[in-house]
Amino acid sequence: MNIMFLLIGASLLAAMVFLFLFIWAVKSGQYDDTYTPSVRILFDDDPVSETIHEKESAEPDVNKEIDLQPDKKNSN
Amino acid sequence: MEIQQFNYDNKTVKYFIMATMIWGAVALIVGLLIALQLAFPAFNLGLEFTTFGRTRPVHTNAVIFAFIGNAMFAGIYYSLQRVLKARLFNDVLSKIHFWGWQIIIVLAAVSLLAGYTSGKEYAELEWPIDLLIAVIWVTFGWNMIGTILKRRVKHIYASVWWYLATFLGVAVLHIVNSIEIPFSFFKSYPVYAGAQDAVVQWWYGHNAVAFFLTTPWLGLMYYYLPKASNRPIYSYQLSIVHFWTLIFLYMWSGPHHLLYQALPDWVQALGVTFSIMLIAPSWGGMINGLLTLRGAWDKVRDNAELKFMVVALTAYGMATFEGPMMSLKSVNAISHFTDWTIAHTHIAGMGWNGGLIFGMFYWLVPKLFRTPLYSKKMANTHFWLATLGILMFAIPLYWAAITQWLMLREYTPNGLLAYPNFLETTIQIIPMYHARILGGVLFFAGFLLFFYNMIKTIQAGNLVDNEATEAPVLTDPSARKYGESFHRLIERKGVIFAVLVFIALIIGGAVEIIPMLNIESNIPKIASVTPYTPLELAGRDVYISNGCYNCHSQQVRPIRAETDRYGEYSKIGEFVYDHPFQWGSRRTGPDLARAGYIGSSTYKTAIWHYNHFTKPKEINPQTIMPAYPWLAKNVVNLDQIPVKIRVMQTLGVPYPKDYDKKAVADYREQAQKIVDELKISGVNIAADKEVIAMIAYLHKLGRDISPSKKK
Repeated sequence: MNIMFLLIGASLLAAMVFLFLFIWAVKSGQYDDTYTPSVRILFDDDPVSETIHEKESAEPDVNKEIDLQPDKKNSN
Repeated sequence: MEIQQFNYDNKTVKYFIMATMIWGAVALIVGLLIALQLAFPAFNLGLEFTTFGRTRPVHTNAVIFAFIGNAMFAGIYYSLQRVLKARLFNDVLSKIHFWGWQIIIVLAAVSLLAGYTSGKEYAELEWPIDLLIAVIWVTFGWNMIGTILKRRVKHIYASVWWYLATFLGVAVLHIVNSIEIPFSFFKSYPVYAGAQDAVVQWWYGHNAVAFFLTTPWLGLMYYYLPKASNRPIYSYQLSIVHFWTLIFLYMWSGPHHLLYQALPDWVQALGVTFSIMLIAPSWGGMINGLLTLRGAWDKVRDNAELKFMVVALTAYGMATFEGPMMSLKSVNAISHFTDWTIAHTHIAGMGWNGGLIFGMFYWLVPKLFRTPLYSKKMANTHFWLATLGILMFAIPLYWAAITQWLMLREYTPNGLLAYPNFLETTIQIIPMYHARILGGVLFFAGFLLFFYNMIKTIQAGNLVDNEATEAPVLTDPSARKYGESFHRLIERKGVIFAVLVFIALIIGGAVEIIPMLNIESNIPKIASVTPYTPLELAGRDVYISNGCYNCHSQQVRPIRAETDRYGEYSKIGEFVYDHPFQWGSRRTGPDLARAGYIGSSTYKTAIWHYNHFTKPKEINPQTIMPAYPWLAKNVVNLDQIPVKIRVMQTLGVPYPKDYDKKAVADYREQAQKIVDELKISGVNIAADKEVIAMIAYLHKLGRDISPSKKK
């Protein structure tokens, strides 16, 4: 049943990726607050208006958002 | 703090919603058809494309990948954007994902009906479609991970973790289970054989349940249940704990599909152990969902969407308790190969997945299309039709399973099988199949109300394809800071790093390990077991193509009632040349593992097989096996025989060197013997017909371990 090496290997690999993600999640503070996130998703987004267009073009360009590169402009 | 304005992509969500409804109708209609076929063989319509062996995989694939799959993508793409406060990563990827997935579904339906199947349950699709699935799945993952990386909320909400696990899990399962070598543009043989193939297949099969029907749906539950009830999830901590537990445990439980079968005991024990442990994280999800509604049960009374979600969670709780119980060997002896498994999967499929789909849509569609639901009354009627439909479907099947099992193991006082003819046990449970049709009709009637209600709601509403919203900028946690080491950067880019490592390791691992998996492995070999002759191999392909494995197993378990009925129990060494394995999972008809063992109850002569294939009713008036008259008309493509032999040689099957050149001559020689035998009984037929190959294949099953083997 050599196949078990492959399957256990593949399963362990998947488990290692999950473990890595878990450690990353804990270390990066994902789980520092385990209450607020459950409430925050209940708040609805208030629609600003209709669709936002980048420019006053005739056709809305759905591929683009208003602000494409937030992190470059503003570090806080 | 800068506020950014951006648009949510509602159009992609809308497309997936439409696709869900269309494919849902198709999947349920095919489901009704196959339920009818089991009770009334006339519904096989006398066509090779519409017999049960081909329609059943269409039903299972349509339900799982078309109906549930499209609903899953709709639900994920809507919630992902909202919890992460970001538009879907890339509109082109969204388009490719949507249309690619629909093309896969159409190709799947056409190719399965045409008889192109890998013969592995829930992974039936052939290699070109397998490749397409891999590409589209990566598109989905790319789109999702891209969205996660450009999110505007630092915290990744619980649901998203489930979605992420779905992507990673399905990717690895699909890749590992689909490694196959093509011998034509539509057909291939899997690299694994026999017991090895069985383990890989059910590792995949069970985890398809885990990562396609469970993890995404728990993620969706964690978004849509709080939204629909306007209550935060009961315990966010529990959602975290049971997420990590569940994904770590699921991968190991696949072998519980192969208990008492030709598999080392330790592998079976491994599967059972992890299956039992799975109760804990599974019930964590159910409890968390149900307790979210504490203090809100008055809302459940009025809201169809919440009612559906409560049924979904209850069904999930039942199915995830029943599953581990079915993994116990003594229970499995009853449930495996009977309708118990069918009842179990429908509690989960109709109750858990169906309930969540309907609950989610009754909340999501009015919200997305900015209009009240067309008819609440209709939705409530749908709820009762669906719930009663599930019960009417499952209870008769549990009944049928127990009845059939009791009959199959019943002995006379003299120590003989009380019902030596398998058909008697089938006839006994036909009334249950009638009742099951009624359950299916109720469920489908409810679906029609749902369909109408949704269409009316969508017509009345108006959806904004690109819905404007705003959110504060998230200081990019992954931006490289001055003087920072490269590794720190990689560490911060956690998700992308994990995915890269994962893909690299899986490819590396597969390339290194697969060549080791040849027949010389530590599988106990049986000296008398020989590779299939070219004729038998062609017959095997006809067997697979007609989906015979959907009703006939090839696996005698070491249980007295089975060895008395069929003959010696199956051994690992018998299957070393089986690419793919054909052990089956349900015995609607008798087991065939000893069909070539002279003296066994399932051994029949060539003329019997010929008559039984062409006119089964003349042999058993009450049989529910459809007729296969085309087997006597269709011709085997002899040009492919040498290629098949060469592919098998590549896979390690020990044919003599250059055998491919001799194979067709051998084929004709062996076929002529069967033709001559049939001629004595007054049947004149050409040697290249499919039925000749089929008879040769059936006479191979179990022959190699029988004392009458002459070679």
